Amino acid sequence: MKQSRRNFLKFAGLSAAGLCLAPTAAALASGGGGHGKAHAVVNANSKHAKRWAMVIDTRKLNTDEAINALAEVCHHIHNVPTIPGKQDIKWLWEGTYSETFPNQTNNFPSEELEKRKFPLLCNHCETPSCVRVCPTKATFKRADGIVAMDYHRCIGCRYCMAACPFGARSFNFMDPRLHLDMEKINVKFPTRMRGVVEKCNFCVERLAVGEMPACVEKSSGAMTFGDLQDPDSNVRKVLRENFTIRRNPAAGTEPGVYYII
Amino acid sequence: MLEKALKGGPKYWSWIFFLLLIIGAGFVVYVNQLQEGLTVTGLSRDVSWGFYIAQFTYLVGLAASGVMIVLPYYFHHYKKFKGMVIMGEFMAIAAVVMCLGFIIVDIGQPQRMLNIIFHPTPNSILFWDMIVLNGYLLLNVVIGWTCLESERQRVKPPKWIRPLAYTSIVWAFSIHTVTAFLYAGLPGRHYWLTAILAARFLASAFCAGPAILLLVVFITRKVTAYDPGKAAINTLTKIITYAMLVNVFFFLLEVFTAFYSNIPGHTHSLAYLFVGSHGHTELVPWMWTATVFAFISLALLVPPKLRDNQKLLPWALILLVIATWIDKGLALLIGGLTPNPFNEITTYWPTGKELMISMMVYALGALTLTILYKIATDIKRDLGELVEPE
Ligand code: SF4
Ligand code: SF4
Repeated sequence: MKQSRRNFLKFAGLSAAGLCLAPTAAALASGGGGHGKAHAVVNANSKHAKRWAMVIDTRKLNTDEAINALAEVCHHIHNVPTIPGKQDIKWLWEGTYSETFPNQTNNFPSEELEKRKFPLLCNHCETPSCVRVCPTKATFKRADGIVAMDYHRCIGCRYCMAACPFGARSFNFMDPRLHLDMEKINVKFPTRMRGVVEKCNFCVERLAVGEMPACVEKSSGAMTFGDLQDPDSNVRKVLRENFTIRRNPAAGTEPGVYYII
Repeated sequence: MLEKALKGGPKYWSWIFFLLLIIGAGFVVYVNQLQEGLTVTGLSRDVSWGFYIAQFTYLVGLAASGVMIVLPYYFHHYKKFKGMVIMGEFMAIAAVVMCLGFIIVDIGQPQRMLNIIFHPTPNSILFWDMIVLNGYLLLNVVIGWTCLESERQRVKPPKWIRPLAYTSIVWAFSIHTVTAFLYAGLPGRHYWLTAILAARFLASAFCAGPAILLLVVFITRKVTAYDPGKAAINTLTKIITYAMLVNVFFFLLEVFTAFYSNIPGHTHSLAYLFVGSHGHTELVPWMWTATVFAFISLALLVPPKLRDNQKLLPWALILLVIATWIDKGLALLIGGLTPNPFNEITTYWPTGKELMISMMVYALGALTLTILYKIATDIKRDLGELVEPE
């Protein structure tokens, strides 16, 4: 438990250090080579950003089928079970406009908008209330803006669930393995135990080996993922060219997921 | 002094045995919860806190309430409370024991609980709640025990007790304030997001807590001939009455703010609780029961004639306790989490297992209280302050 967390922090620290030092990849490669751990936490090709963010084009991605296909990939690679009833675990799911933006509903919405479905996931907020309330630092914000979970430290108090204004967190009320096909799980990603909270992690494990988040890859261009602080990045370009809104800005958490309407 | 708890009549022992039985039965269910997880509760992704945390919140009020006796006694030298001070302090101990019990049964990974201490996180209100609760427990154990021991030795309590007692008075306010901050600081939970939540918590604590204390004292009076004195009871009843008036007033302030401003987020929870929404009316009968009971209890407490009627008083107090329990031990939690962030309603109702485990924690508190009160009353009897019940 200590080990993986230390690697995690080392990774975060190295990413930050790598950004300051010139040739990032080289710096990380030498740093990562040193400790020779079995799992590839630090990779020469790993992707970095000062502040990861996502833009979702809901003009292109807005049907049940399309969003469920993304959820399926996400849930499969992260070993997220499907549990019937209200104790389900969700990392990525879909909602109507009024569920997604409950404070910005319109009494006469366009027919097209009313039919649209919106992908929902953790917003990896800039000032996340979930991190503020966690009494054990099991939920923490990394240097690159990703709000991550240490499942080994979480005590299951569920304070973070009360604090998240987006309903983005799930609790393992029961052993999640009971609802997983253990033959078909992704052995490269851990399964969780009961009694801990979990949520979308912006695919940190994929970024670490140079891959894009699974949903972004699967979205055929409807989702853009990149560095919000780099004015020349792909997300900034998309944000410059389109009208976007974020969920519940009144909560003051500064979400990192933007929706093109 | 503990040996006093080991000597008692058949009534005492059958009560103790009865409590142990409930604790045992509840524990079996708790072991089941440990094996299967919190899935045995009625909680869900949307209503992630429920009955346990609600009981915890209510009982923090009971713990804080002893201050309504200790404060007049120490700050205003109101000597008539002398016989009750120890009862208030012991009640606080039992209440904190229950609070901690409810937190433990609510946690998904209880064996990791000490992570709160190993990884202190000052930005989390839960961290501070842990500090104030345990501190309050310690303060009351030390003060209560020392005062009782010196009473038994017929000597004056040591000098250092005074500063500790003053500290415990301020501390009592802190435990309920910090517990209110657990809720009041969360964005997107409009029912909790109110600056007077801490004030409301204190007002409801200062009426419900002494009301429960007084009821327990009445029972103690029946079985041990311990009597706090008429004057003390009358004064405490007045305190309860004023606190309840303030409590109801504060609640009406919330109603005004929500409905006059007409801001949807602020009205939703109240509407769900009092008239139902989206066809869900589970809590409506409860809320109106609480409202009616609150007003009847006030009608019985406000007129001095009725208030001083010792026959009516227990009934008024019982109604008050039920009303405040529904408000704080049930609706506050459910109302705060309903509607969820998607403006939808997920219903929650505690399961039988949840209730059994809650009974276990309550019985644990009753056991603590019984033992402490037994010791206190036995010592008072030895001192000749009581007469044996015939
Ligand atoms: S969306 Fe919720 S869980 Fe995700 S970072 Fe923001 S507050 Fe935390
Ligand atoms: S449930 Fe876990 S992650 Fe959430 S606040 Fe508690 S310890 Fe932190």
